[in-house]
Amino acid sequence: MSELLQFLLSGVTVGAVYALVALGFTIIYNASDVVNFAQGEFVMLGGMITVMAYTAGAPLPLAALAAVVATAAIGVAMNKLAIEPARGAPVVSLVIITIGASIFIRGAAQLVFGKQIHTFPAFSGDDPIRILGATILPQSLWVIAGSVAVFIGLWLFFTRTLLGRAVLATSNNRLAAQLVGINTPFVMTLSFAMSAGIGALSGVLVTPITMTSYDVGLAFALKGFAAAMLGGMGNPKGALVGGFTLGVLEGLTAGYISSQYKDAAAFIVILAVLFFMPQGLFGRKSTDRV
Amino acid sequence: MRLTPKSATLLALVVLIALAPVFFPSGFYYRVGALIFVNALAVTGIVILTGWAGQISLGHAGFAGIGAYACALAPVHWGIHPALAILLGAAISAVLAWLVGRPILRLKGYYLAVASLGMGILISMVLNNERWLTRGPDGIDVPELGLRDVLKDAGLSLTNGQFWYFLCGIVLVIGAWLALNLHDSATGRALRALHGSEVAARTVGMDVARLKLQAFVISAVYASVSGSLLALQNKFITPDVAGFMHSVEMVTMAVLGGVGSVAGAIFGAAVLTLLPQVLTVFAEYEQLVLGLVMVLVMIFLREGVVPSILRKIRGSGE
Repeated sequence: MSELLQFLLSGVTVGAVYALVALGFTIIYNASDVVNFAQGEFVMLGGMITVMAYTAGAPLPLAALAAVVATAAIGVAMNKLAIEPARGAPVVSLVIITIGASIFIRGAAQLVFGKQIHTFPAFSGDDPIRILGATILPQSLWVIAGSVAVFIGLWLFFTRTLLGRAVLATSNNRLAAQLVGINTPFVMTLSFAMSAGIGALSGVLVTPITMTSYDVGLAFALKGFAAAMLGGMGNPKGALVGGFTLGVLEGLTAGYISSQYKDAAAFIVILAVLFFMPQGLFGRKSTDRV
Repeated sequence: MRLTPKSATLLALVVLIALAPVFFPSGFYYRVGALIFVNALAVTGIVILTGWAGQISLGHAGFAGIGAYACALAPVHWGIHPALAILLGAAISAVLAWLVGRPILRLKGYYLAVASLGMGILISMVLNNERWLTRGPDGIDVPELGLRDVLKDAGLSLTNGQFWYFLCGIVLVIGAWLALNLHDSATGRALRALHGSEVAARTVGMDVARLKLQAFVISAVYASVSGSLLALQNKFITPDVAGFMHSVEMVTMAVLGGVGSVAGAIFGAAVLTLLPQVLTVFAEYEQLVLGLVMVLVMIFLREGVVPSILRKIRGSGE
């Protein structure tokens, strides 16, 4: 019993990270219909920049803040330099651009940070907390709390603020949004900044547990995408539920089947979703205007 | 006489392959040439899938891995001749592509990119982890194809480098010829139509899902044969052949040359295969350069280098 609980707890921890990555996907997807394959690189950058600032002597909270802000700036730059110039390009081109951007960021990170594995200390120590015979690290609580806080924050932003509604309007119909005076280029900038910032935050939160290196982004992107699809592409609630579900599945796979193949869980989830419920748990069937 | 673009491409390719060795300063260049042909073969598959059917795969190296390890394992474990192992690898790749592609290609959008990414990672995970079979990350020896000795007995004596250069060259010409035939066939036209507008293609009664599936299976076979040839000529293979970066290389080569053009595929493969041979520092910057090439080509030369140049030439001629 305590064994099962242990697997569930570690699953929920990584699930919280996947939920954050999936939320990042969702924001950009909603604003622009672009599936951003560089989302995982934002997670890597969050962890890596924190490591760099921390080893340079900055206090940890300041280093983390710098990482989130810097990554958000990189996200905005990516939109300005790579996505916006290709506006109106076919979907295939946009996908190739985000893949290219993601490989580019990886390559740059390898040059700047090197190939070593990095980490920094956990926020509130490393003494595990015991729950019913299972243990959980204080850092795991930070991760879970972080993802729930981001979700609530986003929910308030999208439902309670004018700016949030402007983003929603743009995602529903870009042209109509422009016609009623919404500054859609700004909405795009904002979406990339938020998405990159959220990705970086998840990187900051999870690095003390999983450590980080220049090439961790890809796995996060794949799993975040799997989570977003499981929940229903474009649905923030789906991203949250999908993330935690995928994390728990992965935790159980690692515990009961094989830790070497825990990464296969994400792929199986993708295939199963596509086979049985292409709209995901909370998605709506989409139709195309011709 | 006016050549059709198809015969022009094939003729240029044959002449290039036959004449290039005249300019080789050393035997080493036969090996570089063979590598270019192997890569160009895989990239031709990407042209069919991405350029014509409008689908992206980020896991095609997985099929190359299947082709490569089929040649490494089948001769040793089941006593199959390495030449037949190429076919076995291609068959396994085709079945896998069909199984993975069938549910996914019914849907619109980016799903193949993600699913193939997952599939590629899974294949390379298996190759790395199942040491009892694949010897894991250290790699495994691949048996000799044996065709060179047959040619020697028949009176045609080639060095190892020359043999692989011409064999891979011939396979590439056949691959390009098949792809160009497909391009001009009803299936090829249908594929390009659905790339233009899937809704329109569906409206005129095309079985869009089946067409995309065909393109995915065919391109998987190309990647698999390319992996087999790579393994057989190196006589050694590591799981890197199935790695994510190899998939990205394939896509970048196709994008650089022109994702809709077979000639472009061969050009892109040649440039990005030569680059690391010429610039040894390139290894350090490989990801940076590949990523930059993808972004810049997609923004400034959306059709790729070769079609853009051809258009310029034709445009000035008129």
